[in-house]
Amino acid sequence: MEALDLARWQFGVTTVYHFLFVPLTIGLGVFVAGLQTAWHRTGKEHYLRLTKFFGKLFLINFAMGVVTGIVQEFQFGMNWSEYSVFVGDVFGAPLALEALLAFFLESTFLGLWIFGWDRLPRRVHLATIWAAVIGSNLSAYFILAANAWMKHPVGYEVVDGKARMTDLWAVLTNSTALAQVPHVVAGAFVVAGGFVLAVCGYRILRERRADPDRTVPLRRGLPQMWRTPMRAALVMTAIAGAVVAGSGDASAKLLHEQQPMKLAAAEGLERDTAGAPFSPVPGVEVPLLLSFLATGDPQGVVQGTEDLQERFTERFGQADYRPDTTVVYWSFRVMITFGLATVGLSVLGLWLTRRRRRPGPPREIPSWFARACVLALPLPALAMIAGWLLSEIGRQPWTVQGELLTAASVSPGVGLGEVAVSLAVFTALYGALALAEAVLLIRHVKAGPEPAPTGRPGAPRTGGEGAGHDDAGTRLQPTLMY
Amino acid sequence: MELPTFWFVVVAFLWTGYFVLEGFDFGVGLLLPVLSRDEAERGQVLGTIGPVWDGNEVWLITAVGAMFAAFPAWYAGLLSAFYLPLVLVLAGLIVRGVGLEWRGKVRHASDRAWCDLGIMVGSGLPAFVWGAVFADVLYGGAVAALVGGVFSLALFALHGAVFVALKTSGPVRGRARRTAMITSLVALPTAVVALPGIPAAGAKGAAATGWAASPWLWACALAATAALAAATALTWRNRDGWAFTATASSIVLGAAALFGALWPAPLPGLTVAEAASGPYTLGMLTWIGLIALPFVLGYQTWTYWVFRRRLTAGTP
Repeated sequence: MEALDLARWQFGVTTVYHFLFVPLTIGLGVFVAGLQTAWHRTGKEHYLRLTKFFGKLFLINFAMGVVTGIVQEFQFGMNWSEYSVFVGDVFGAPLALEALLAFFLESTFLGLWIFGWDRLPRRVHLATIWAAVIGSNLSAYFILAANAWMKHPVGYEVVDGKARMTDLWAVLTNSTALAQVPHVVAGAFVVAGGFVLAVCGYRILRERRADPDRTVPLRRGLPQMWRTPMRAALVMTAIAGAVVAGSGDASAKLLHEQQPMKLAAAEGLERDTAGAPFSPVPGVEVPLLLSFLATGDPQGVVQGTEDLQERFTERFGQADYRPDTTVVYWSFRVMITFGLATVGLSVLGLWLTRRRRRPGPPREIPSWFARACVLALPLPALAMIAGWLLSEIGRQPWTVQGELLTAASVSPGVGLGEVAVSLAVFTALYGALALAEAVLLIRHVKAGPEPAPTGRPGAPRTGGEGAGHDDAGTRLQPTLMY
Repeated sequence: MELPTFWFVVVAFLWTGYFVLEGFDFGVGLLLPVLSRDEAERGQVLGTIGPVWDGNEVWLITAVGAMFAAFPAWYAGLLSAFYLPLVLVLAGLIVRGVGLEWRGKVRHASDRAWCDLGIMVGSGLPAFVWGAVFADVLYGGAVAALVGGVFSLALFALHGAVFVALKTSGPVRGRARRTAMITSLVALPTAVVALPGIPAAGAKGAAATGWAASPWLWACALAATAALAAATALTWRNRDGWAFTATASSIVLGAAALFGALWPAPLPGLTVAEAASGPYTLGMLTWIGLIALPFVLGYQTWTYWVFRRRLTAGTP
């Protein structure tokens, strides 16, 4: 066991953990902003209640994204000082831009949104949530551009053993980044869509159980309140799923050109093969598919790990240039399967809730579908994590493809003990906080939205345990109060 | 001015902004149990920083990001050399951040008490460690680190108390003023030791350059001490706004002395020129920064304007 191994574990643990929260921040933020926009434009009260309900879930999650993100920026310097010195001239720029252009926007306007419900004009208040989510999405772009540079370095030259940027535009429009940004951001929308579906599914089941005889009229009835966000999430997930698939296909072709070793490892292909097949699971092969996906030509040649190893040894010297094939192979399949399952669920849901040809009450959401949505909650998140494992473990043994090896990136002055302490601290802290966040989210979903504010007859009252104000004119409370 | 010099000033500016802004956040969090007696008052105290603390923290992210981009060797050297202290800073910022965000969303008083503990510990740890780290960079020694840590802790506590006095009314304001007076009994003596120590260390480390031994450095350090004394007097005289201006000025002057002393060698054996990125990167970042920074400063100032009212207990 060396400091290098623990440093890698720490990076893996903290990054995967960080990226559980970030996709929700990215996708759910836009979803909440959309709900508030709907309220602003229609004035319908249940949009406001949904905005506050999902807004609260968004904020509980946002906190975790923020605090785990700080660790990310520090640990390059702490654990990977050789890497930082080598790449800082190029890699540091998108990070600095991310802070300056995206994080300030996100955090400042989110503060205004949380506390500004009563202080800002409605239109301005709506603008603050949009500014915040633009910040979140912009930050994804900058960090993914930085990440893409590690896999496909462009716009630089190496001077005195350090990378020097020669073209910022090339770094920001790196082909790898342009394929990766839509893939990851749309993936974030799938994760957020899956989250909203699970929450809506749970509420529908819970409220049906509380009202088995459907005494609440269908149109105003409580499960009906969840129809709108569920439909919205279904549309969001299906569209985002299409973008994920399209950009994933583009990524596969870029891998063939730029990171053939990762592609070969993802398929477990050992020798250069023309007309290479694709196996969805071991033992099953679809002929010619891999060659077609990677090259656009069913007879195209896909390079294999062993042949690549020989070529890399010739070019870069004696070393093992093959990533952990087992992890890469299986994460590729988990990503595709779980991702497709989520998108399939959303398409099914769209069909189940499609509009009637003739006038009539909207189709009811079947309870089994609501239950499926709850059970599917982990799928998109696992697909996202698997995608990152494929992408980053598949990059090994390089930190910067073709330029810098991971083994040469670690901080020389940091000992095994120090990394062990920080790994232990972060793992323990993160574990405890994950538990706390899960409990907090579950409690809020169980409690449901705040009750309707005015004593309007027939207005639906939700579960809202312990939060009952029913005197007329009570305003909805701000989303967050200290 | 050459680009590396300019970017050294930019990094110093960002750290200074961070110390001034998150300085009072730390103070508010640290003094929470002292300043408030019940839940309504705790809400009042934390409400003073509620809308702004996250934006204030981005000053740190930007300062560190700017160091990474403009001075990779400084960034990597500082962060890997102070490994365990920075683990403490990060752990502190994590529990403080979730404490602040979650305490309004938990239902049980005991959960809220956990959040408050996180806020307090998570404010105190970084407030202490930042002073210790920079004192250690300058002097290199446990005693210096301890003095620096106690100084920054007391300084930020005082800054936070003065801020709460400025932003609240009622019993909390009275308590904040008294706490500020008591805190200054620690802050002032440690300031007298720590602040003039900065130019002394700078003169020792980089005397050859001339600038480090410059009278300006001494002037900054002494003015920072004087501003702290003035803050105490102004609090006594009920001049909340001026007292806050004084503690903020003290931090600005102290940070000016600190970064003046770090010039031209921010780490032992590493000069700004050696650590700097190439002229192309620095030039591009300069243009983007010059265009973006006014907007950032503009909307952050606007936030403070929107939430300018003094808070009373029981209102969000």
